[in-house]
Amino acid sequence: MSKILVIAEHDGQKLNQATARCVSCARQVPGAEITIAVLAADPAAVASQAAALAGVAKVITVAAPHNAHPLAAVLAPQIVELARDYTHVFGASTAFGKDLMPRVAALLGVPQISDAMSVEGAYKFKRPTYAGNALVTLEAPADRKLVATVRTASFEAAGGGGSAAISAVTVSAAVPSHTRFVSVSAASSDRPDLASAPKVVSGGRALASKENFELIFKLAEVMGAAVGASRAAVDAGYAPNELQVGQTGKIIAPELYVAIGISGAIQHLTGIKDAKTIVAINKDGEAPIFEVADLGLVGDLFQIVPELQKSLAK
Amino acid sequence: MRKILVGVKRVVDYNVRVRVKPDGSGVITDGVKMSVNPFDEIALEEALRIRERGEASEVVAVSIGPDDAQQQLRTALAMGADRAILVKTDQVIEPLTAAQALLAIVRKENADLVIVGKQAIDDDAAQTAPMLAALWDRPQATFCSKVEIKGGTATIVREVDAGLETIEIDLPAVISADLRLNEPRYVKLPDIMKAKKKPLDVIELSSLGISAEPGLKPVLTEPPKPRSKGIMVKDVAELVDALKKKGLV
Ligand SMILES: Cc1cc2nc3c(=O)[nH]c(=O)nc-3n(C[C@H](O)[C@H](O)[C@H](O)COP(=O)(O)OP(=O)(O)OC[C@H]3O[C@@H](n4cnc5c(N)ncnc54)[C@H](O)[C@@H]3O)c2cc1C
Ligand SMILES: Nc1ncnc2c1ncn2[C@@H]1O[C@H](COP(=O)(O)O)[C@@H](O)[C@H]1O
Repeated sequence: MSKILVIAEHDGQKLNQATARCVSCARQVPGAEITIAVLAADPAAVASQAAALAGVAKVITVAAPHNAHPLAAVLAPQIVELARDYTHVFGASTAFGKDLMPRVAALLGVPQISDAMSVEGAYKFKRPTYAGNALVTLEAPADRKLVATVRTASFEAAGGGGSAAISAVTVSAAVPSHTRFVSVSAASSDRPDLASAPKVVSGGRALASKENFELIFKLAEVMGAAVGASRAAVDAGYAPNELQVGQTGKIIAPELYVAIGISGAIQHLTGIKDAKTIVAINKDGEAPIFEVADLGLVGDLFQIVPELQKSLAK
Repeated sequence: MRKILVGVKRVVDYNVRVRVKPDGSGVITDGVKMSVNPFDEIALEEALRIRERGEASEVVAVSIGPDDAQQQLRTALAMGADRAILVKTDQVIEPLTAAQALLAIVRKENADLVIVGKQAIDDDAAQTAPMLAALWDRPQATFCSKVEIKGGTATIVREVDAGLETIEIDLPAVISADLRLNEPRYVKLPDIMKAKKKPLDVIELSSLGISAEPGLKPVLTEPPKPRSKGIMVKDVAELVDALKKKGLV
């Protein structure tokens, strides 16, 4: 049997959808029995959301003031203690999971499988390397704990309807004081979340200014889409960093991805490979983005985007 | 004064379109351009700036890899690192092993700060920084876009999914560099000449008592499934039609 501990990602109130995607991956592991661990200052609200996920057997909570903010150095020793009764420990391949899980793995003295994209066996997983240009199937030893992060774009979120038992546990692990949370910039929550939105409209360097990038926001609004950006657009300050899509930004798998004034560098494409439909708008008919686009339109975005917005607003 | 170690990994250049070997045993690296991992150039640039501000006295570039990784260490020396250390092994190195080797050098050198890249663009693992920090039992600050050092603590801005997070850490610590931490300097020809004379020590990984044996066995390497060829539309009206047919708008 595979006893899988999934580490919940949350903001203190709401369980992040990435955790539900992690659960879907865990459910595919042969003989899986899934427990979600919620470490928080006050875990009650998040725990009840976790307990409702389909396929979850148990939710354990660790309530402590030092768990108010997700600091890897503080969480990792507690998770190592919780992991004692499990064969697998999973976290999402988000900024939170990427920061935390390798620390857990190293404390356990085991290697980690990053970005698991498919389950090939209880100890066998496929993952992307070289910006998604090579997929490697890795086998971990079955006699040790397996720590993995889950590539959220590869798994649908687990549904609801579950009613797992919730139990509070205490851990005795000493937590360090050498790492202290100061603040986090509040993301504007009035827009759909890039990581989970079914539709995403992205802009690139071609937008040429922060003011022009408003065109992308306006189009996204009439489409009910989240906004993304290429690295070039973020580096130039047209869009904030959390909107970057790609190898080193967010890896997403929306139903619809619209790339506007984006050339399609491999580092960008790796972030959108799993999108169902890709639309590309670019004035250069030879741009590599057209090699992956399902629908391509060659032309000047400054003409096309306002026209498209008008026609969709009708 | 502080000593900073910087991880420098030799990787396939980011401009190379990587191809998978037909027998599924890995990717083709013969005759392929190799470079310093781009994030490690950023890590090194940050270390150099810290030294130039007088907040550190020495920057040591460390690579764990084959003999040829000396080329990348020479690049690091040309950028401005004071010394370099190659921990030699011909095996493919997992992040856990890299972290163990870096820790051994940290202890030898009595370093106060280690700066590595956010991720290596070959394995895309993003594991080494947290693993090293865990083994060293010190703070980690991953995905950094701003580093400010004041005495024994550092204030760090990190790129997280919600936006930007600020944390404070006590030194010694491990930092991983994100893209927007800085813009690495260009290497000038005289610097390349000077770099040839800078010390580059080579030690065997095995001499550190670390096994290079990977903990994870690669069973198969395969190319991703290609996307099926799309169609070109001639104007906005056609595009909107096509999207409507697919039920997307
Ligand atoms: C280690 C590393 C990691 C990276 N990670 C990422 C990542 O996570 N995400 C990412 O996106 N990039 C990443 N990059 C950068 C990547 O290589 C490209 O440089 C970047 O994606 C280019 O952004 P762009 O397409 O917006 O700009 P460009 O490549 O400059 O493309 C602009 C496009 O706009 C078109 N255009 C110009 N004007 C118009 C107009 N008026 N109308 C229509 N089209 C127009 C042009 O034809 C061109 O195709 C990374 C690079 C490295 C080295
Ligand atoms: N073999 C290595 N030699 C030197 N530095 C390394 C090595 N492996 C990893 N690193 C450092 O750790 C960072 C993250 O690597 P990874 O965890 O493999 O994604 C890299 O950007 C390097 O700075």
